[in-house]
This record gives sequence, structure tokens and C-alpha cells, in this order.
Amino acid sequence: MMKFERYIQQHTNQLTLATGLLIILGFISQFSGIGILKTISFIVASLLAATPIVIRAYEALRVKVISIELLVSIAVIGAFVIGEFDESAIVTFLFLFGSFLEEKTLAKTRHSIKALTEMAPTTAAVLQADGTTVETDVDDVEVGDHVLVKTGAQVPVDGVIASGDGYLNESSVTGEAKLVHKGAAAEVFSGTILDNGTLQIEATKVGDDTTFAKIIELVEEAQDTKSTAEKFIDRFATYYTPAVLVIALIVGLISRDFKLAITVLVLGCPGALVIGAPVSNVAGIGNGAKNGVLIKGGEVVDTFAKVDTLVFDKTGTLTEGKTAVTAVENEAADPQRVLALVAKVESASDHPLARAVVAYVDQQQIAFQQLTVTASNTIKGQGIAAIVDQQHVLVGNEKLLAAHHVTLNDTQKATLHQQQQAGSSTVIVAVEQQVQLIMGIADVIRPEVKGALAALKRQGIQHLVMLTGDNALTAQDVADQLGIEEVHANLLPEEKVEQVKALQAQGRKVAFIGDGINDSPSIATADIGIAMGGGTDVAVETSDIVLMRSSFGELRHAYGLAKKTVANLRENIILAIGTVVFLLIGLVFGYIYMASGMFVHEASILVVIFNAMRLIRFHTK
Amino acid sequence: MAKAIMQLDGLSCPSCMQKIQGALAQQKGVSDVKVLFNASKVKANFDEQVTTADALAEVVDRLGYSVLSLKVKQPQ
Repeated sequence: MMKFERYIQQHTNQLTLATGLLIILGFISQFSGIGILKTISFIVASLLAATPIVIRAYEALRVKVISIELLVSIAVIGAFVIGEFDESAIVTFLFLFGSFLEEKTLAKTRHSIKALTEMAPTTAAVLQADGTTVETDVDDVEVGDHVLVKTGAQVPVDGVIASGDGYLNESSVTGEAKLVHKGAAAEVFSGTILDNGTLQIEATKVGDDTTFAKIIELVEEAQDTKSTAEKFIDRFATYYTPAVLVIALIVGLISRDFKLAITVLVLGCPGALVIGAPVSNVAGIGNGAKNGVLIKGGEVVDTFAKVDTLVFDKTGTLTEGKTAVTAVENEAADPQRVLALVAKVESASDHPLARAVVAYVDQQQIAFQQLTVTASNTIKGQGIAAIVDQQHVLVGNEKLLAAHHVTLNDTQKATLHQQQQAGSSTVIVAVEQQVQLIMGIADVIRPEVKGALAALKRQGIQHLVMLTGDNALTAQDVADQLGIEEVHANLLPEEKVEQVKALQAQGRKVAFIGDGINDSPSIATADIGIAMGGGTDVAVETSDIVLMRSSFGELRHAYGLAKKTVANLRENIILAIGTVVFLLIGLVFGYIYMASGMFVHEASILVVIFNAMRLIRFHTK
Repeated sequence: MAKAIMQLDGLSCPSCMQKIQGALAQQKGVSDVKVLFNASKVKANFDEQVTTADALAEVVDRLGYSVLSLKVKQPQ
């Protein structure tokens, strides 16, 4: 019996095909007037197609589940008993063929995840004591093992490079397509590809603990984390199917019309309604995963679509998180020469401002290494006084200049004040007692942010807020440049949480966007927490949405996608309910019978799947 | 408590999910069954004193879903 069931399950597609052919034969015989052949064709077709359906119904019943298959089975057996062989044949065929098409189309909506899991490494070349390697399943590699990775191969574990170097394609983890060069002691991730080179890696995380495995698990779980609407439909469906059975029975008893009763059974199948909502979410979340946006489930999609307020952390989110020279006021006759002198002096220092200056001069491609420093004196809290190529150079703040009796004129003072107003740190350079340069050094705003914020407002965001631990002056300047309406500065992480709560108390739906580590409390408090900074464990775990490339393009895509997915889900629910209403009206007026009912029913399921598939190709303009 | 993770052939109907869920939950020593419809995966916590992962795979198999791979994770 068991073997028979298995055989039928595995050959359902062939059965469907055979049934289809028999039905065609049946119709041909009907038109050529061979009545007996027609009847035989339909009887055989009914029996063939009904078998897998009845088996499924029975298996479900054994675990106390009243399935759609049960409704169809009863209806078909009923039709068979009263001799409506053509009806029973067509209904069973349509049901099987519909399931077949659903399976094929559903596979398309799930493709993004499948592609992701197939990228996961399966084996590792583990180095043995004698220097040989053994191919080992990734799950059996131990932490501390050394694995060998050659050009073109996948890194099978998370770990650090013990020896060797090479160029890695880390797009599977960071979303960044650019090759990165990594050498000894650098961290590497499972699932990334060694484009060139040879690496020996000491495993620090293996199997399901690697970042890549966690990303996959996250996306897999996300697609099955249901939104409230879906949960409702699920519950509804659990009672709906048995209810249809009862209704059919009542209809049959009252009308004394057996055919009507079994028709109700077929029409009542809750197909499109059950599949409509999840299929939209699956396609939407899959689209996100493909575009570097990890969305943790249907509930998140639903809530994010309703968000009207975006709250940003400043440093590392709106800005690059590293300082750079942003303004240079030049008074020197030969600025190149002065920059070279400054760079030479500063190159000996580890101070962040000094590093920003050296980076700036490097960028201008001004050579300074050939200069010679004969004396250099660092004065704490002031700057550096040095002699370079026999010239006295002062690099530092106003106090340093005052100490060396160099005074600023009014224009220079104004420049200094203006730069400080803009939130910059300032560095003044004097050569031979003459002020030559005033440089403003600040955290640089990421170039794409301004346009992205404006676009997000067009997409439906009403209010932009910035929270930062930085000082008010700097904060206000960044906010003004970006068009952010509300700014709160000098905040500790827990005070950021308070601000988020205050916004929520005003009735706003708040999404907090931060870099995922020190902002974790705010990310957890907000209605939607968005982590920028792909690949870190904390970011992946505490947030609702992870932007793998940390880009604002992804933020826009995520928001657009959430709105689109929710709209798509609504369309599907309307389509599904519309179909039921249409069928009921058709039934009341006598236009719909079993076979046509099943056709409309299966067609509606395909329509909702096709509608959801539009989400796979969604792009944010 | 160990955790069994089974990868199945594609699941296509939500009722398959209910079936697997129901059948596994009825097994002795099994708690917390999760069927991931879209990933076609089953995750179940079970007591190794009472049952084995292979026995659980057998249950799923008997419902008509072939188990492509079976992993057991020990608690850490």
C-alpha cells in the first residue's frame, strides 16, 4: 500500500498528462458519435486523476487536517456516483494540472533564495599534519582547522588568513562587487570567492555559524514569517474548509439537489485566498535579497510600508564616519609648496586631523617625502612647530600661533569663525611667521544622501530626524545641508531611545537607520530598525532590515519595495475574494457548474501568482 | 534536545505544511516543529532519549515527501 502511494505521488505529472489525453479522446469520440468510447475515456480519466487526490486527502485526514483535496474528492466521487463522468474527469484533471502549474510558478517566486543557498560552499580542503589536504564536508570542519583555498575556489569557512594573500570577491556577503585584496591576519567570510591567489585560512566559524549561513537562514525564515494579515487568512482557511463541507451538506439537505451540493464543494475551495498573500511576500522579500536588502518577514514589509518618519544616526550613516579636509582657505603664493611642508610635518603624527591633512595632500598628488625635517616639536593641545628645509613651519590652532607671536587679521579670523560655525575642526598653517592656509576638517557627508532623502520624501516619508552624539553645531550644519527637519545633538545611546519613543508617542511610525552596533537599542525600539553595515553579526540579528551595501539606494529600494509588496498583496486578496463572489453569483444564476467552477478557481490561483511575480522584477526609479 | 533539519523537495501546497507539521508534532519526544514552506525545510526539536532524527525523517517520508538531506544539530 505504502509503495503504491509513493508510486502515485511520484508519477502525478504523468497521470495528469494521461488524464488530459483521455479527456481529449473522450471529446473526439463524443463528436464522432461513439458514445461508449466517450464514457470509457471519461471513466478511466476520472479514476486515474482522482487517485492521487484521494490519497492526499486521506493522508491529511490521518493527521486531522481537512484539506482542499478532501472537498474535491467528495465532489468527484459524488459526480462519479451519479454518472457525471465528464464532470468528474475534467474537475480532477484541472485540479492536478493547476497544482502542477502552481508548483512551477511558485518555484519562480522562490528562485532568489534558491540561488542564494546554492552559492553556499559544501566542502573544504582541510590541511593535515603531513601537509596534505582532505576534502571535508563544511559541517565537519572544526574551529581552528586550517583550510586551503586556491584560485577560483570558494572560502568554505569564516576565519582569518594564516598565510598567503589574494583578491576576493565578497559580493555574497557584503553585496560589494569590487575585488578586495586581503593578506595575512585579515578576516575572510564563507561563501566569498577567491578570484586570484592562494590562502591558508584558520577557521573561526564553521557550518551554520558562518555569516553567510546566517544570512541564508535569515532569508529563509523571513519568507515564512507571516504578517498579521497572513496569519488571519491562515486561521480563516483552517475553519473555512470544514465550513464549506458543512455548507454543502446543508445546501444538499435543503434543496434536495445533490449536484448543487457537490458543486458548492468545488467552488468553495479557498485557493487564491490562501496562496495570494504569502506569494506576494515571498516575491517581495526575494527581490530584496537579490538587491542587497534583507527584510525579515511579511510583518516587517507590512509595517515598513506604513512608516512616515525616518530617524538617522549621523556618524557613519549620513556621513562617512571618517574626517577629511573639506575647506581650504589659501593665502600662500605657492600653495603646493606649503601643502608639501604641512604634509611632511603631519606625516609623523597619528592625530586624526594630521592624517586627514596627509590624505588630502596625497590626493592632490603633491610629493613631500623628499623634504627634510631638522626639528619638530609637538605641543599638546596646540599643534606642531617644525623646521622643514630650513623653513619655520607652524601647524595647529590659534593658541599655537599666539604662542609664536603670529596674529590673524580680520578676514582670517572671519574665515576661521565661519569654518567653526560649519562644524569643522580647523588647522592653521604659518610659514616664516606668515599665515598661509586655513583648513577646515570635518566628517564628510556621503555624496548620495541628499538626493536619496529628497527621493524618499517623494516616496511618502513625511518627517526626517537626525540623532547624534556629536555637538549641536556640527549636527545642525549636516542637517541644513541635507534638508533634515529635526535635529537632536549631544545624545547618549539611551537618550536616542528616548527620542525615538517621543516620536512614536506623537503617533508616528518610526524607522531608525543606524550602523547596527552602538545604535542597537534604538534599532530595537523603533517600529522598524534598519542596520547599515552588512556582514556584522549584531547588525544582522538586532534589526528588521539589513542593507548589505550600506547604501541609500538600498534604503530607497527597500521602502519602495515594501509599499509595492503591500499593494500587490492587497490586489491579490481583492482578486481572490472577487473570484469567490463571481463564482457564487454564477452559481445562483446557473451559469457555473463543477468543471467551469474548477477552471475559474485554478485560473484565479495562477492569476495571483503571476501578479506576485511582477514584484520579482521591481526596480526603484 | 537536539534539532533535526530536513531539506525536502519543493513544497507546493500550504496543506502539505499542515500535514507535516501535524504528523511530526504527534510523535513522542518532539517539540517545536517548524515547517518552512518557501525554503521547503523542516526544523524540529526532539529528545534523543525518546526518538531519533532518522525516525522523524521516516515519518515525513511516509507522508510522501522525499527528504533530500538530514542534519542534526546538537545543543551547544
